[in-house]
Amino acid sequence: MALDDKKTRFKYVGTTPNRPDGVDKVTGKAQYGADITAPGMLTAAILRSPHAHAKIVSIDASAALAMPGVRAVVTGADFLDHEDAFFADVSETCMAKGKALYDGHPVAAVAATTPAIAKAAVRAIKVEYAPLPHVTDVDEAMKPSAPIVLEGRALEHVPAGMSQNVTNTCEFGHGDVEAGFAKADLVLERSFKVSATHQGYIEPQACLASFAADGRADLWCCTQGQFFVRALCSQIVGMEASQLRVTPSEIGGGFGGKTTVFIEPVALMLSKKSGRPVKVVMTRDEVFKATGPTVHASVDCKIGMTKDGRITAGDMTLRYSGGAWPSGTIEMGAQAGFAAYDMPAVRTVGWTALTNRPKEISYRAPGAPQAVYAVEALIDEMCQKLNLDPVETRLKNAARAGTLSSYGVTFQEIGMVATLEAAKAHPHWSAPLGPNQGRGVAAGFWFNFGGNTCVSLNISTDGTVSVTEGNPDIGGSRAAISLMAAEELGVPYESVRTIVADTASLGYNDNTDGSRVTFAVGLATIKAAREAIKVMCQRAAAFWGIDAEAVEWIDGAAHPAGPNAGKFPPMSLAEIAAMSFQTGGPIAGHHEVNVDGAGVSFGVHICDVEVDPETGFTKVLRYTVAQDAGKAVHPQYVEGQMQGGAVQGIGWALNEEYIYGADGRLQNAGFLDYRIPVASDLPKIDTVILEIPNPGHPYGVRGVGETPIVPPLAAVTNAVSRAIGKRMYQVPMSPPRILTTIKG
Amino acid sequence: MVKVRLWGTLRQWTDGQAEVDVEGRTFKEVLDALAAAYPGLGPQIKRGVSLAVDGVIYRDAWFQPVDPGAEVVLMPFMKGG
Repeated sequence: MALDDKKTRFKYVGTTPNRPDGVDKVTGKAQYGADITAPGMLTAAILRSPHAHAKIVSIDASAALAMPGVRAVVTGADFLDHEDAFFADVSETCMAKGKALYDGHPVAAVAATTPAIAKAAVRAIKVEYAPLPHVTDVDEAMKPSAPIVLEGRALEHVPAGMSQNVTNTCEFGHGDVEAGFAKADLVLERSFKVSATHQGYIEPQACLASFAADGRADLWCCTQGQFFVRALCSQIVGMEASQLRVTPSEIGGGFGGKTTVFIEPVALMLSKKSGRPVKVVMTRDEVFKATGPTVHASVDCKIGMTKDGRITAGDMTLRYSGGAWPSGTIEMGAQAGFAAYDMPAVRTVGWTALTNRPKEISYRAPGAPQAVYAVEALIDEMCQKLNLDPVETRLKNAARAGTLSSYGVTFQEIGMVATLEAAKAHPHWSAPLGPNQGRGVAAGFWFNFGGNTCVSLNISTDGTVSVTEGNPDIGGSRAAISLMAAEELGVPYESVRTIVADTASLGYNDNTDGSRVTFAVGLATIKAAREAIKVMCQRAAAFWGIDAEAVEWIDGAAHPAGPNAGKFPPMSLAEIAAMSFQTGGPIAGHHEVNVDGAGVSFGVHICDVEVDPETGFTKVLRYTVAQDAGKAVHPQYVEGQMQGGAVQGIGWALNEEYIYGADGRLQNAGFLDYRIPVASDLPKIDTVILEIPNPGHPYGVRGVGETPIVPPLAAVTNAVSRAIGKRMYQVPMSPPRILTTIKG
Repeated sequence: MVKVRLWGTLRQWTDGQAEVDVEGRTFKEVLDALAAAYPGLGPQIKRGVSLAVDGVIYRDAWFQPVDPGAEVVLMPFMKGG
């Protein structure tokens, strides 16, 4: 099979074998970040700013350093100054330099022989602060009179005269928007608010750093990308990348939140200073206060529609804040907002402003849920006003092949219509509703991408196969990759073991993000397998004394191809592997690539809720997800991604939010006050997987992990709004907000 | 000659033009030509952009061929979570 050949009939892909990491996880043997230990290890504690915004006048660590058991203290003064703004920003999120920019910003850290000593030593550090005025709301931050978080960070295209907190702006669209509105029978404009939410992974960040006397270092950590951790840490700490080996642990969730560093450079610095291995484990309070939540957003959305439901124009202004440092997420949201629709005229303008909050980090489809929420909620309100069916109206306006998208690209074959048709045909859509109940529907879109990927595939002499890849397995990727290797080689799934390598064992791999791993690592695995097959065909040909071109690979064995190749019995992978030492040496395949062609993805969600009119409490009664997933390699994992994204979106819609007090401090840094939905809060999430092949992948695979968090904010909003008979314009729709709306 | 569609923010650097014509046979040649013809685009291109060619979005693909008749759209650099 040639390297670029497509495959449409499958033996192993599409089955649902047990996950290879399952036994270790259910028996407690799996090693997460906090499980890693080393002889002589110290424990670190971090001192954090109690102020939302303050100048750090002085730090006196002498009392801490004098305490028995304390081995090292680091502050911002120990970290390099970086000319590159990107590395400087990441470094300052790990340790403040000169100013504390949010409640919880690290200002010093201690390594000591016990956790108790480290905590006591942190309390002994004297920091003199000069508090500064703060701002935590994006709309307030954009006002000219707002306290300035950082000076001089606006990009060149930001208009002069705005608050220095405004760092970025963008505009997308096409057509004459005003002419479009003039053609509409109904034009509605509404403003929406979306709170910041945390990724809410179960495992807090944890790492162990060990610096050797000769300048080499090892780092074990829970991360979505060991190679990116190496790139960041080597720059921040000031060492050559090859001298730092980063090994990823098992990971207890990430959702985008573990695509950067917070504690790793601190642990490395403390290890360098103390000469001992240093372990850092964040508390849940620290995770909430000082690791990235999403942006929070303020959105104005205007849509024109004819009586029969045709959208004539859309115009949206998005204001996002990614905390105290510049953020590019606005561009993703501004492109995604109207992307599901065929818009004759559309304009999306985005702004980003600095606030005294922790630095935003990616969260599943970063930027898209906030923008799509406004569009989908407004479309639903217009359908109500015009007495239109919300699915039929979306079908009438759905983007399809040949549609000029709102971000400027003409779509190829896409699945928006198919997902809407699947939702329409689902029994959920026509099921009856009871009193105080409402049904909402919403669509969503995400880009997906590929990225840098290396895979090494080795054939063992006993006929089994090992695949070495470089992306931490969050959603079952080891099983999916093993399935694709088994499919290509024609050997049982159980004969393949896939492992995640450290940074010294494989070339660079991008983070596990962007819904990229099953798509991109799978593609590289397939091509690595095809290289190994080529070698095995050559070995068989040499054994038979025929040309390699006269051998083909069928169902796990080399076969003579055609009548002139001679009559030889097929030679299996195991037989070829067994004689590999005698026929030229070990057999392996490799593939290294920066993958493109991921293929965009669409989803449509249906949500039923019942709202208690006395308390404002919302119960989700039924929820269905239809998504264009491409070829589902391991359908249970695809289903899991669709369900997980929906659940996180339901949490965002109903309860989850960062709440700041007037003092600029976070009020709810714990799972007691930051309420994520648990299994007992939810019905079973029903799924419809639509396997519309991605032409950019040999098996038609496309990313599935991010799209499902995009529709729920609006799907739940539309359900709640229909249940209470009044529209909601802010998420989360906590009971007090719903009650306020009900009471008018 | 390749016709490149720009997102709205960038039109301030191209005298208001939503589409510009540049010489280029590959991803990198197109970006280099854009930065040379419209220096105001330089900082954005240096920070990172994607290029969609006939509907497929490419990131950092310097040698990706770009045919004269292709639909070419400059986009922000894609990221995910």
